[in-house]
Amino acid sequence: MSLVASTDRVTAYAKTGAPRRRSSGTGAVFRALNFASAMLVLLVLAGILGSMVVGGWPAFREFGFFGFLSGSSWNVGAERFGAWPAIAGTLMSAVIAIVVGVPISIGIAIFLTQLSPRWLKTPIATAVELLAAVPSIIYGMWGLFVFAPLVARSVQMPLNDVVEGLPVVGSLLYSRVPSGTGIFTAGIILALMIIPFIASIVRDMLDQIPPVLRESAYGIGCTTWEVVRHVLLPQAGVAIIGAIMLGLGRALGETMAVTFVVGNANRLSASIFDPGSTIASRIANEFNEASGMQLNALIALGCILFLVTFSILIAARLLIARVGRA
Amino acid sequence: MTTLSATVQARPDREGATAPARIAVRDLDFYYGDFHSLKSISMDFRDRQVTALIGPSGCGKSTLLRCFNRIYSLYPDQRATGEINLDGRNILSPSVDVNELRSRVGMVFQKPTPFPMSIYDNVAFGVRLYEKLPKAEVDVRVESALRKAALWGEVKDKLKGSGMGLSGGQQQRLCIARTVAQGPEVILLDEPTSALDPISTGKVEELIEQLRSEFTIAIVTHNMQQAARISQYTAFMYLGEVVEFGPTNGLFMNPAKKQTHDYVTGRFG
Repeated sequence: MSLVASTDRVTAYAKTGAPRRRSSGTGAVFRALNFASAMLVLLVLAGILGSMVVGGWPAFREFGFFGFLSGSSWNVGAERFGAWPAIAGTLMSAVIAIVVGVPISIGIAIFLTQLSPRWLKTPIATAVELLAAVPSIIYGMWGLFVFAPLVARSVQMPLNDVVEGLPVVGSLLYSRVPSGTGIFTAGIILALMIIPFIASIVRDMLDQIPPVLRESAYGIGCTTWEVVRHVLLPQAGVAIIGAIMLGLGRALGETMAVTFVVGNANRLSASIFDPGSTIASRIANEFNEASGMQLNALIALGCILFLVTFSILIAARLLIARVGRA
Repeated sequence: MTTLSATVQARPDREGATAPARIAVRDLDFYYGDFHSLKSISMDFRDRQVTALIGPSGCGKSTLLRCFNRIYSLYPDQRATGEINLDGRNILSPSVDVNELRSRVGMVFQKPTPFPMSIYDNVAFGVRLYEKLPKAEVDVRVESALRKAALWGEVKDKLKGSGMGLSGGQQQRLCIARTVAQGPEVILLDEPTSALDPISTGKVEELIEQLRSEFTIAIVTHNMQQAARISQYTAFMYLGEVVEFGPTNGLFMNPAKKQTHDYVTGRFG
């Protein structure tokens, strides 16, 4: 059959709209199913957001949005609810996690991409991935039974002896009950949990940098430190900030492990070694038995957490995408 | 062939037959893992002359260039044996400080590689690595390097701007300025114009011609016209060996080996 003839036939079908092989029914079903799957995502997101706002609304109305945000008492009996201690605990533990976790993550990424001998690369990379796969309940148990006693014995007690009575550091680092649980311990556990995420994203970023850029930095006589510090890290630049924010989003929302080790105190303490609570741990602890305004206040707390992590996630994605490649 | 010989003949004769050897390569062998990629290379690169390395892809010309600043040593499975004497000192010796060596033997790559910093810092960075100079003196070095790289006029008003914002040709001249600013003895150019348009290529070629008065230059190129235009010496390499090496005029006009003749007349490669 000549090409011209077959082309003519195709054109003819197109003109008459006659079916080529079978009915287009399967195609329509296929399209509709895929469309429905995709729509489900939007629906779920809108549903969650909607029910959070509706559920939290009474609390926001009762205490005022900023009143709820800044209120520092959480009194179930008197039905007075303020989010500030939980928000502060969330932020403090997340900041500790970032401060401890980010340098270690970047160190891991630099070691894996620049320094590691080949035989060591796979074991470490695998270990990092396995660390990401450890369920958070395991971190929680380990944190409570192994890490918290360790913090109590070898950090809190010796530190108490040193800082007791000192101005500023005394209130910041003194633990009234050196039990090991508290914001600091939660922050360290969170750091361990976000390290694999940040490390593997930063590692990918460093791997994406063209080898010729690295060679030309070595080519003018840079040491490895100078290549990393002045060329590779700035080149990865905002993407690293994006990776840090992804880790931050995870640290803010992490529930199980934190609930185990944070101490679950409703009061806000200036010391990072005192027990506190985070938004997620507060909800996990109280939600089952909550009713009335307490339930509304917990949902309102969830609302705040959702908004914060959501905006951080979006900002992180934008930053990472921007480096999509220069 | 006619255009190539015309190119060679049109050049002012400037062969430095009397120039002393700056780099003396002796029995150099190079291995990528088990692959023997350079086989017993011996040749001289003369002082303040441009030596071009030509040959088909994979013949080892870039590999040879990468030996002179030991950039290959970034990769653990690559090794070189033999001798490369720079000013009488074997740079392959383990006692050589490679960072110091690389500040004396600058390299410009196929693709422009501006660092993620300002135009000024791109040039000043290399200077500051090895010399503690007052700011005013660094300024002078940066300006002079940018002038030598024929870039000063185009960037003097945006020195604080990012080096990434320049065009490809400007970026490549920025990289040359960065190399020049360190005051090296030797400049290695690895197909420096292969990613550039013809106008930028022309500018870089003029630049190479000017830099020759101060630096010993080795250039790898795929473009035989380019080799004919800018070099005083040419080495034709094939399968890891130097087939023929000599003054550019002679090699292009009157090659001694049949393989060289076939390659420069475009019969293979």
